[in-house]
Amino acid sequence: MVDIRMRVNGVEEKVDLSPQVSLLDALRGELGLTGTKKGCDQGACGACTVLVDGERINSCLALAVQYDDRDITTVEGLAGEGEAHPLQKAFIRNDGLQCGYCTSGQLCSAVGMLAEHEAGAPSAVTEHLCATDVELSEDEIRERMSGNLCRCGAYNGIVASIKEVAAS
Amino acid sequence: MTQVQNPPVTTTTTTAAGKYVGQAVDRVDGAVKTTGEARFAAEVPYANVAHAALVHSTVSRGRITAVDTTAAAAVEGVISVITHENAVRMRPPSKVSPIDIDSMASGTTVNYLNTDQVSWNGQPIAVVVAETPHAAHEAAGLVRATYEVQPSTVDFKAEAPNAEPQPSSLILPSGGSKGDAEAALAAAPVSVDLRFTTPMHHHNAIEPHATTAVWDGDRLTVHEASQSVVWVRKHLAHKFSVPAEGIRVIAPFVGGGFGGKANVWAGTILTVLAARMTGRPVRMLLTREGVYRTVGGRTPTIQRVALGARSDGHLTSLIHTSVSQLGRVGGMAEPVTSQSSHLYAADNLLLKQEIVKLDQIANTSMRAPGEAIGTYAIEVAIDELAAELGMDPIELRMVNEPETDPLHGRKFSHRMLREAYARGAERFGWANRSPEPGVTRDGRWLVGMGVATAYHPSFQLRANVTVRVSVDGGVLVRCGFQEMGMGGATAQAQIAADALGVPFESVRVEYGDTALPLAPMAGGSAQTASVATSLLAACEKLKKSMLELAKKSSESPLRGARAADLSARDGGLFHGGRGETYASILARAGIPSVDAAIGSETRLGDLVGNMRFMSKFLMDRRRWVKAACGAQFCEVRVDADTGEVRVSRWLGVFDVGTVINAKTATSQLKGGIVMGIGAALSEESLVDPRHGRVMNPSLAEYHLPVHADVPRIDVEYLDVPDPTMPLGLLGIGEVGITGVAGAIANAVHNATGKRVRDLPITLDKLL
Repeated sequence: MVDIRMRVNGVEEKVDLSPQVSLLDALRGELGLTGTKKGCDQGACGACTVLVDGERINSCLALAVQYDDRDITTVEGLAGEGEAHPLQKAFIRNDGLQCGYCTSGQLCSAVGMLAEHEAGAPSAVTEHLCATDVELSEDEIRERMSGNLCRCGAYNGIVASIKEVAAS
Repeated sequence: MTQVQNPPVTTTTTTAAGKYVGQAVDRVDGAVKTTGEARFAAEVPYANVAHAALVHSTVSRGRITAVDTTAAAAVEGVISVITHENAVRMRPPSKVSPIDIDSMASGTTVNYLNTDQVSWNGQPIAVVVAETPHAAHEAAGLVRATYEVQPSTVDFKAEAPNAEPQPSSLILPSGGSKGDAEAALAAAPVSVDLRFTTPMHHHNAIEPHATTAVWDGDRLTVHEASQSVVWVRKHLAHKFSVPAEGIRVIAPFVGGGFGGKANVWAGTILTVLAARMTGRPVRMLLTREGVYRTVGGRTPTIQRVALGARSDGHLTSLIHTSVSQLGRVGGMAEPVTSQSSHLYAADNLLLKQEIVKLDQIANTSMRAPGEAIGTYAIEVAIDELAAELGMDPIELRMVNEPETDPLHGRKFSHRMLREAYARGAERFGWANRSPEPGVTRDGRWLVGMGVATAYHPSFQLRANVTVRVSVDGGVLVRCGFQEMGMGGATAQAQIAADALGVPFESVRVEYGDTALPLAPMAGGSAQTASVATSLLAACEKLKKSMLELAKKSSESPLRGARAADLSARDGGLFHGGRGETYASILARAGIPSVDAAIGSETRLGDLVGNMRFMSKFLMDRRRWVKAACGAQFCEVRVDADTGEVRVSRWLGVFDVGTVINAKTATSQLKGGIVMGIGAALSEESLVDPRHGRVMNPSLAEYHLPVHADVPRIDVEYLDVPDPTMPLGLLGIGEVGITGVAGAIANAVHNATGKRVRDLPITLDKLL
């Protein structure tokens, strides 16, 4: 067993866990943060996406012990003080969800993706890879969000939500 | 041919004002689903919960001669390894009765862990219970079984020539004929005779099947990812020989189902068994592979569609036949030719469905069983015939649009395909399509347009509902229906708000729990209509009770009013300018709340209700042909060098009767179209023809459509009420997927000149 500390959604957490435990299982099992979902446990669906120091990762492919002393944000931590995150509001307004099981991953992924875009990262559909100011078109959003599957097919609503928040 | 006399149309539409029905209301569970607050079946906290994992067979047929659990039991944290050698006895699944829909609850006929017989490759042969999920899965990997292998039949295509007639039931009729379609085909001046194949599909709801089970003596609580809490309760009561009244199944949030969570499968039963045997609360979240191994998918099919026509396009012959599979241990006979008995006014018709039984897991229903893949074959064949005739494919459809149902001559309750095509063609710019294939180019992309008809039958099931109005003005609707993203709770709240004339915000809907009045499974696109029928009746009953209560007081402005003259608005009952709120009526009477209930929960009441339902269901089917339908338009781009297909534009114009919630209904139809794009271009479960094992049981190897595969989808409704359905609504859960693969295949042909008659249309088939 290994003792680790993580800041999860701003709260200092100490966990004692076996080194094989994934970050996803640590969040859901040890900390009871079940907002982060398990859809495949092999990095294929994106339902487990969380933010580590602001960057999005598939928490099912991460060992919890690797994240000692890191800042983790899950869907439960996206909202500000008493106010929903603009993306959370936009998802409801644009019906960017149906069953809700992929939603946490879509939201965390979108937050991370917007930060990547802001930092100038290109995607596979970016025409000029050296461009520093890439317009976040619907095609760019789709490409950058393609690691997050939604079987209900709420993709149009998700893209509309992200576009709306990116523009504001 | 006998024709049933049609009675006058009785409409169940109420006088509800329609203030909320039809509006684009945000879904009521949006906030809890976007904050992570919503707890799904594997997420409800219990102290001392143990975790279970399954061990799957590695042969498709045989007897287990030994199971070595030594290494598994030695893993730290393992509580129990349960196999057929130590499992307590359970009752085998009951036989399916053709008149009792609830008898279909079990996914297979296998009595899991009470038999040494293996009936498919992947059947659970042990369940490991441990302190952590990790220990359970590690130990499950260490269980070793040896088998006496028996010969098995697992190759669908090899077995297809030995197909037998598909059984027909009252609920799923199979086939039919009119005239001599083969002779008419042979005599037709223009004809096509085509063979299509579709592969096995899997539902792949993003939430894997999950169960949390807690026993307290003979009482049981189950949190379950289910499309039918009632089926789970009934089946578990039967399996474990305990009273159903002592079992509570709870499923307020279900992470997608699409048919895969309709039946009760092994994971549910074995979690409950593990909890029974260990005395602990037990939880099992299936692995993704576990879902493929223990839950059936959609059958593969081989289909023949032959069409004969006069040179003016009039169809003289329509033949649609299918071969699909069943497991030897059960399965749902896929009604592949269903839509083909309703779509075209052919002089002669032949519809025939056949099955082969294989040593594979029982197949099951998946979104629009029958029509999702049946519309692919028939709608591509129509497109091919149009090309033979040199006609526009929409015009060919309009020439053959029937006035009454082509097979039996029954009346359509409602049919607006002409309007759907006219509207769609105009909005999509169909006139810009080049009838000549392979000539429209945009840089490296070959561009094509395609169209196909969407069609899905509509019906209702039985639902019990109670409605309560309280002295604070709040309304509580209670009904154990299921919500897995369709927006059911939101739609029923809108319906109740209009029926009672109260603000939407004052209505709360409780659902997904057997402690509530019984509701049908979420299936067949029937839930909203089923619940609405009873909800509207309950609201009428409630308003009458409130009027009677008001009349007891000489001070009530409703004194002397008749129920028929009242309108429900502003939180109460009014006639002319006079009336009062429910809250005021209750306050004066000194009563906290009044309930109205539809349906009985007693054993006798349930039996009577079931008989009434079946007779109404069958009468209704003899009178009317009811369906949601639509016209699917798409544009595809095909890379001229690589054969890569991209869907670039989509428009679906739907005739789904009244739309209750313009926002959630649009999402559901779009969701169907997205799943159809998957079926058309990428989805395929590959079965090893030697061992019968699904070879790609993962989301990395079974390719669902991702964001980048889905363009902006436009959905439009004709929004004309169906006169025979409650509020005029036809179900919308499945019609969206129908016609999609056909429209894409037709667009691919228009782009490239190539016909692909084997789904999915992958790039290798275009090179």
